Amino acid sequence: MTLLYPLQSLAAHPARLSPDYRSTVKRSPSRPLIPMRHTLSELTGPVYGHETVRAHDNDLTIQAKGEPLGERIIVHGHVRDEDGRGVPNTLVEIWQANACGRYIHVVDQHPAPLDPNFTGAGRTQSDASGYYKFVTIKPGAYPWGNHHNAWRPAHIHFSVFGHSFISRLVTQMYFPGDPLFPFDPIFNSVTDEKARARMISSFDLENTKPEWALCYRFDIVLRGRNATPMETK
Amino acid sequence: MSHPDGLTPSQTVGPYFKYGLTPNGEYEWNDAFTNNLLTPDTSGERIRVEGKVYDGDGAVIPDCMLEIWQADSQGRFSDPQDKRALPNSSFKGFGRCGTDKSGGYSFDTIKPGVVPDADGKPQAPHILLAVFARGMLLHLYTRIYFDDEAGNATDSTLALVPADRRATLIAKKMGGNAYTFDVHLQGDNETVFFDV
Repeated sequence: MTLLYPLQSLAAHPARLSPDYRSTVKRSPSRPLIPMRHTLSELTGPVYGHETVRAHDNDLTIQAKGEPLGERIIVHGHVRDEDGRGVPNTLVEIWQANACGRYIHVVDQHPAPLDPNFTGAGRTQSDASGYYKFVTIKPGAYPWGNHHNAWRPAHIHFSVFGHSFISRLVTQMYFPGDPLFPFDPIFNSVTDEKARARMISSFDLENTKPEWALCYRFDIVLRGRNATPMETK
Repeated sequence: MSHPDGLTPSQTVGPYFKYGLTPNGEYEWNDAFTNNLLTPDTSGERIRVEGKVYDGDGAVIPDCMLEIWQADSQGRFSDPQDKRALPNSSFKGFGRCGTDKSGGYSFDTIKPGVVPDADGKPQAPHILLAVFARGMLLHLYTRIYFDDEAGNATDSTLALVPADRRATLIAKKMGGNAYTFDVHLQGDNETVFFDV
């Protein structure tokens, strides 16, 4: 069995040319993409075992000698495909700014402090049902140069693989109720309100850990439906 | 959980992915993937594919991430969804590379074998390439073919591409075992990208 990937689902994604996000102007193709039939090359994808993920790679608060500063949070959720089937054993990678809104990346010159106890990178594999979990620090908002007084809403970058090379997804998880939403051209590059809402985690009181950490839930929906036999020779 | 869901929308990989996705010894985080796909037991013709990534002004893109996916030298994918015989080596067929300050990238891999197309006809050897960068809200897919493969003439995907743009998909053999494949996101030499 394999999965077919209808192109209509891609309408949820932002337009590659979204001029309010200025960098898209010179980094988006000007000619139409060429439609083609999916072959085995598109319908397969990398499979990695547990050797890719070390124990504790999903806990960003214990990677250094001391504890990072900021609000400790649990981020968890379900990776599934468009028909609600869990995507098991798939790699989920995250990276993020620290509590002050600063990335350790050398290019980030935002004058906010680095945290020697926080790198901001993590990875895990979804379990047999598609669930994943991270422990991290709530990232801060930070300014960027897109326009005057531009600030990114707090977010965690996610990279997910899924069933095949064409189900690959890189996205950003936002936090509920962020006042910066109306002003962020990256968030608003997704023009459909319901689709935008799918990038916002929900506060998950039930899974908070009393006396220790608040919890946010972020489910991730990847391409893939219509399981049908695929003929190969 | 059975209700139909829409996709989680894509967002840009942004400018700061390097320490998380392609640390390559520059940050205190280990690489899940590298640009070297070769394993000791990998059979086939060892090749290097290298090039640069350019924006619509012809400027190099130093903050780009490239990922490749390919079959082994016998045309088999390291994925149980490929119902034919699985590879008999530890070759995974997946690689990742961040571009350097001059927009350059490289992959050490093997020339992939022949994979059937949707009708079961042989495709010319090719590598799938996904391109991610700041300023790209959704990654792009293209294919790397090789200029010394006769199968290009009958490849069903290349046949969909206007003849005057086909060259953007074909890596050129350089000295030794190296092929050059540049990516132009926009402009006169714009690479052909596929709607997959």
